[in-house]
Amino acid sequence: MSSPGKLNSSSSELDLDRPNLEDYLPSGASIQQEPHGKLRLRDLLDISPTLTEAAGAIIDDSFTRCFKSNPPEPWNWNVYLFPLWCFGVVVRYFILFPARVLVLTIGWIIFLSSFIPVHFLLKGHDKLRKNLERCLVELICSFFVASWTGVVKYHGPRPSMRPKQVFVANHTSMIDFIILEQMTAFAVIMQKHPGWVGLLQSTILESVGCIWFNRSEAKDREIVAKKLRDHVLGVDNNPLLIFPEGTCVNNHYTVMFKKGAFELGCSVCPVAIKYNKIFVDAFWNSKKQSFTMHLLQLMTSWAVVCDVWYLEPQNIRPGESPIEFAERVRDIISTRAGLKKVPWDGYLKYSRPSPKHRERKQQSFAESMLRRLEEK
Amino acid sequence: MGNTSSMLTQYDIEEVQDHCNHTFSQQEIVSLYQRFCQLDRSGGGFISADEFLSVPEFAVNPLSQRLLKMLYGLNFKEFVAFLSAFSSRATLQQKIEFIFKVYDSDCNGKVAFSDMLDVLRDLTGQFISEQQREQVLTHVLEESGYTKDSLLSISDFMKTLCNSDLKMEVEVPVD
Repeated sequence: MSSPGKLNSSSSELDLDRPNLEDYLPSGASIQQEPHGKLRLRDLLDISPTLTEAAGAIIDDSFTRCFKSNPPEPWNWNVYLFPLWCFGVVVRYFILFPARVLVLTIGWIIFLSSFIPVHFLLKGHDKLRKNLERCLVELICSFFVASWTGVVKYHGPRPSMRPKQVFVANHTSMIDFIILEQMTAFAVIMQKHPGWVGLLQSTILESVGCIWFNRSEAKDREIVAKKLRDHVLGVDNNPLLIFPEGTCVNNHYTVMFKKGAFELGCSVCPVAIKYNKIFVDAFWNSKKQSFTMHLLQLMTSWAVVCDVWYLEPQNIRPGESPIEFAERVRDIISTRAGLKKVPWDGYLKYSRPSPKHRERKQQSFAESMLRRLEEK
Repeated sequence: MGNTSSMLTQYDIEEVQDHCNHTFSQQEIVSLYQRFCQLDRSGGGFISADEFLSVPEFAVNPLSQRLLKMLYGLNFKEFVAFLSAFSSRATLQQKIEFIFKVYDSDCNGKVAFSDMLDVLRDLTGQFISEQQREQVLTHVLEESGYTKDSLLSISDFMKTLCNSDLKMEVEVPVD
């Protein structure tokens, strides 16, 4: 009945490196039951399913929704609330904010005045130096969290240090890292940032074993992959933290998990982070805001409220591919944090989707057409 | 505390509604306007091809290049009119006219064999040979009483498509 032999099977390994789009998208073509019966002119002329999909994507699409900063819920505004709101503004900007700047400054003074001597004077005592530096990085992160009155609730057992494990978490903002770091000195894999953040990365964070890369440099991938492998095998290294989405998502959705973290051959410990938006939206929209502005926004809000769950470690099952494993872990995190899953690669913020997705649609249309041509 | 929708006055909304034959409700037009502004990142009053293609679900659509030509330089009013064929209030005739326009790329009111072949090529890509495509198309045309040289008009499209149940509806999310 079917005649797949007639097709050029050049793309037999379509999309092996990513989850199946059609599993997620309620697209017109996949909902409709497979048309059958003899092929007629009207079946060829009727391009409505494809057009409907296109129009649906123009009107609303799951990818753009992942990176949309959500406006705060508007108040039921009235005259009586206005003085109250003004009072709030005065408190936030003229009392809380300066106090927080002060806290942060004190934090930095304490941190730098101990970190620099520890770093340079304890050259001979590697173990001691490592432990002290670890504590100090945790300390400065606590100061950061305090500077936005971070109300963080940690659930589950704290991470322990042991080889052959890697932590993965969903990613909303760089403050995810700070929030996790104040409890445990993780070594993180992160995009190299410009400006003062980059300076911090290459000086202080390097000492806890963080690894930097440049998203746009292809050759960085291999180097990072090698560094990753070496890092997880080290006994005394800080636990490794990876944000497998590779980009900040607005904490309502999760985008595709990159498989890198899941093919290291070690246990994967999922961490789910959910922000409560009651005072401020913690999503860092890096295309609209610099990180400094993002921090200022957090420091002038009432508080940053969030929940962190350390979930049960997962291992790759026999016969499971790294991609399936990544999807399973994403499932666990999304369920815990109440996020919706979309199939897109977050890097599509910076590039266009691969033509493979289109080819897949073309292939299924061609197959169905040829099959019906044979039917009588 | 206003939001962006307040930039459309009641007059604007009614004008747009008239332009699209009242296929969208006022709330839907406000939603569409927010979406239009979201996609028009450069704020030029129209959505560029690059901005459309930044929506991956649109970029992977086999007909996206063809639709982009129709969407080129549309302002908000024309944008809504373009989408009106996908409203649940649009008539079957409006929907078929839209499909016809997709085929009729040179806008001469006639769809030739080559136009149909172009669309079929977009839909099937490299998975069928050019020769096979021509065969299939000639075959179904002849079965319906046309030939390879027939020029199909809008009424031919009506006749062919009016009996099939077109499911060409997209819901505009309203909050």
